[in-house]
Amino acid sequence: MLDTIGVETIDDLFVEIPDSLKFKGELNLPSALNEYQLYLKMALLARQNLDATKADWYLGAGLYDRYIPASVAAVISRGEFLTSYTPYQPELSQGYLQTIYEFQSMIAELYGMDVANASMYDGSTSMAEAAIMASGVTGRHKIVISEAVHPHYRQVLDTYCWANGLHVEVIRHNNGATTDFSTVDDQAACVIVGYPNFFGVIEDLDAARTAARKAGALFIVAADPTAMALLKPPGEFDADIVVGEGQPLGVAMGYGGPLVGLFACKQEYVRRIPGRIVGRTHDAQGRSGFVMTLRTREQDIRREKATSNICTNEALMALATTVYMIALGKNGLQSVATSTVRNTQYAREKLSSAGGKIKFPGNVFGEFVLELPKPADEVQRRLIDQNIMAGLPLGPYYKGLDHCLLVAVTEVRTKDQIDRYAAALAEVLK
Amino acid sequence: MNVPTDLKYTKSHEWVRIEGDVATIGITDHAQSELGDVVFLDLPEVGRALQQEETFGSVESVKTVSDLYAPIAGEVIETNAALSGQSELVNTDPYQGGWIVKLRIADPAQAEGLLSPEDYQGVIG
Amino acid sequence: MPHKLVPQPKLIFEKSSPGRVGCNLPVADTPEVDLKKALGPTRQSLHLPEVSELELIRHFTNLSHINYGIETGFYPLGSCTMKYNPKINERTAMIPGFTHIHPMQPADTVPGALEVLAQVQEFLCEICGFDSICLQPLAGAHGELTCLMLIRAYHESRGEGATRRVVLAPDSAHGTNPASAAMVGYTVKTIPTDASGGCDMAALTTALDETVAAFMVTNPSTLGLFETQIEEICRLVHEAGGQVFCDGANMNAMVGTTRPGDHGFDCMHLNLHKTFSTPHGGGGPGCGAIGLKAHLEPFQPVPVVIRNKEGKVELDDRRPHSIGRVSAYFGQFLMEVRALTYLSAYGKERMADISRHAVLNANYVKARLKDVLPAAHDRPCMHECVLTAQEYKKGGVRALDISKRLIDYGFHPPTNYFPLIVPEAIMIEPTETECKETLDAFCDALIAICEEARTNPDLLHDAPTTQIVGRLDEASAVKNLDVRWRAPQKVGV
Repeated sequence: MLDTIGVETIDDLFVEIPDSLKFKGELNLPSALNEYQLYLKMALLARQNLDATKADWYLGAGLYDRYIPASVAAVISRGEFLTSYTPYQPELSQGYLQTIYEFQSMIAELYGMDVANASMYDGSTSMAEAAIMASGVTGRHKIVISEAVHPHYRQVLDTYCWANGLHVEVIRHNNGATTDFSTVDDQAACVIVGYPNFFGVIEDLDAARTAARKAGALFIVAADPTAMALLKPPGEFDADIVVGEGQPLGVAMGYGGPLVGLFACKQEYVRRIPGRIVGRTHDAQGRSGFVMTLRTREQDIRREKATSNICTNEALMALATTVYMIALGKNGLQSVATSTVRNTQYAREKLSSAGGKIKFPGNVFGEFVLELPKPADEVQRRLIDQNIMAGLPLGPYYKGLDHCLLVAVTEVRTKDQIDRYAAALAEVLK
Repeated sequence: MNVPTDLKYTKSHEWVRIEGDVATIGITDHAQSELGDVVFLDLPEVGRALQQEETFGSVESVKTVSDLYAPIAGEVIETNAALSGQSELVNTDPYQGGWIVKLRIADPAQAEGLLSPEDYQGVIG
Repeated sequence: MPHKLVPQPKLIFEKSSPGRVGCNLPVADTPEVDLKKALGPTRQSLHLPEVSELELIRHFTNLSHINYGIETGFYPLGSCTMKYNPKINERTAMIPGFTHIHPMQPADTVPGALEVLAQVQEFLCEICGFDSICLQPLAGAHGELTCLMLIRAYHESRGEGATRRVVLAPDSAHGTNPASAAMVGYTVKTIPTDASGGCDMAALTTALDETVAAFMVTNPSTLGLFETQIEEICRLVHEAGGQVFCDGANMNAMVGTTRPGDHGFDCMHLNLHKTFSTPHGGGGPGCGAIGLKAHLEPFQPVPVVIRNKEGKVELDDRRPHSIGRVSAYFGQFLMEVRALTYLSAYGKERMADISRHAVLNANYVKARLKDVLPAAHDRPCMHECVLTAQEYKKGGVRALDISKRLIDYGFHPPTNYFPLIVPEAIMIEPTETECKETLDAFCDALIAICEEARTNPDLLHDAPTTQIVGRLDEASAVKNLDVRWRAPQKVGV
């Protein structure tokens, strides 16, 4: 090879790097490992973590311990999908493009919206991009968001809005629900509410929509996809944009990544959507096929005038959710959601009779706030010792909720496990 | 490339037809050929006042977008409604059916500064 | 082609039959509840496909047969670093101690996870020559965006936020550079490339003034060339009070050989899914670590993962000058697991092999093709070569036609028409994981295609003819937008 190139050594290929910039000496790194050592190293690290196979898991807060069918891993580990690039060459990418079209179809259906894109990084950035899009649509610079939206999502929104010159106003929650829309005025680009919200409470979307319409602002909903199997979807409340975290649909919690951001909107805004969109078309012989479309919105074409700087999406995770939604289908997804509601209702009853108190009055889907007579982080610690991950202590996120625990109960929990949690809690609170 | 002799032109490849105080504007045959199949046009609202050289919209093909610049100052009095369903008119009939916008001319003197067909021919080589 | 002939696939919705479920799911054993009472308004209809598990698996297996990955064949896509993703990385990323942990559980219950993050940071600091690494950005473009936010916060902290409103980027830059700058409120000015393929120093000098916040430089450039004046570029920008960002898309050329931190850059982004072999996954997840010099550290996203004096890894969110979060949690954690596995496999002994073999392969391809597709700049290339197919244009053959014809020869096309400044660009990045035989077969194919371009150009215009579809009508896709399936409306009774 060196002969063909016409040099004597590989070093000769690096002649253009000034000598002063060449790295000399030895990198301060560990020695190379063989495959056996690699697995051992990583397995030892993994073993130090308390994971949801070792404890009964009630920590949700946006990411949930749900059952992932074996078919999901089987499909997404196929090399043809796993090791492909963005489908810029449609003739070689029909398989992936079709799965994205199916993904878009199912996300749009789940949220009751006209169109969905091919996915965003995660729920938080998806929401931030929706706010920026709303500002672009309305020409306004104030983003109004409910305090009962995931606190991390709001932090990401703050960062994006600072960078984009937008101003964020927060609506305080009222007993766990968003009811005061007085700041949604003619300066507001949008109003954002959770559905269910961070506390698990099912918000009154009619009230939020009415406020948005009156002000001429866009109505944005951050919605949990599993709950959509049962709840009236945001599209039926006339939402303009719906975003969400797709992790509950077949993606591992994975310490928070990779996740998959969901993004759907009304047809009229389709040219303002950030990220990739796949459409169906045909070739010269009339054969149906799929391509990435509305490409001129994207950064590689429109550069500084693009709708967003986003380039990669979360295709592999979107594929996982596609497989999940197909594996479960209509009946399976409704079964998961129904089991979640049953378990949640049962846990509410058992934990409140074990010494906790249901903090907020509203209807909930799969999660609720439990008020305790002791600081929640202390209770959480004691229960971890019994291999119960009891939930999320809310003190660090909400003033005055130091004694509150956010408890998520998914379809995989059993009556026995919930009884054990209640008994252990009663013991801790004694 | 077709460069009709009865029109005026800009360096940014717009053509202008001046009839009384109305200027009809489109993109040239050369421009449509460079862009390829036009799939969408972003057009201004009627009533909007444009400065000379102001961006008033864009024309998109599958893989590129090109901004549209006002060759002359004026108020938008009409946009070509046919283009919303048949954007390909910009390709097939750039100087007639593919016209884009009509302006009420604010300052007739500005027309003097536009390119003649010969000058534009020189621009596109 | 390795692909078997498959019939035109149906949509999964067209295979649906009411009542079927493709998974044996857990069902609650707690008491039944009245859903309307528990939830309020419920939905009327839900159109999701209903198929058996076998139908599902066949659906995706058949779709995979009409999709091309690195594991299918050579994937020389320039600027994308399509290297092999070792299987051991997939295996370690599937250990339940990594997959089944939650980012909001107490930090002391996940010491192994924090250790993964800290070790990846330490590897990358050493390889790139920076003072700290932040793993929170979720993709390359997200890393660029984060770096520009940090630069803005830095200028604001010095009272120069309002005056420094311009970001410079070369005309050869990736589109994400200007797009990211725009998202941080910056105006973008373009710096031309000179005749030799380097930064036009005169133009840079003219552009540098007190309004410049940063210069975004890709090194090696998107022309596949090392920016030989990079030290001088950094010095000039710093002298004008600006910061220099390194677009690290091309880090594969430098691993173990030269360190961007030593070039004078203030910050950079990395694509772990390129350089450090986390799988591309069909366009994501990306994985966009950023490297920072000490003066930018106070502004980095929270929480910061740090190793304390006792060697224990902690989360630090007491950072008053932080820009805040750029994503909800700790970045693409399971991708970091894969990256750490990959980095650990190379270690200090083999790390430089990555760049050395990548550069060797790219120069070999360039040399073999020089008579049919000359390089845009006749200089030693780094990990990729940018060739031009300009001489075929007069015969009516475009770079795209050559690429599409490669598909009929069984190869994935290289990148076309990028960088924008090279006419009829064909950008080839073979990566270090390909063997000589594969490179030879690819070069032989391209040489044969260039001959076809002269003798029978229609073979190229009509290509590809071996796939399930030919070239698709993209104009029609936009004009007759069809981006979702809808359930057929029931008509009549």
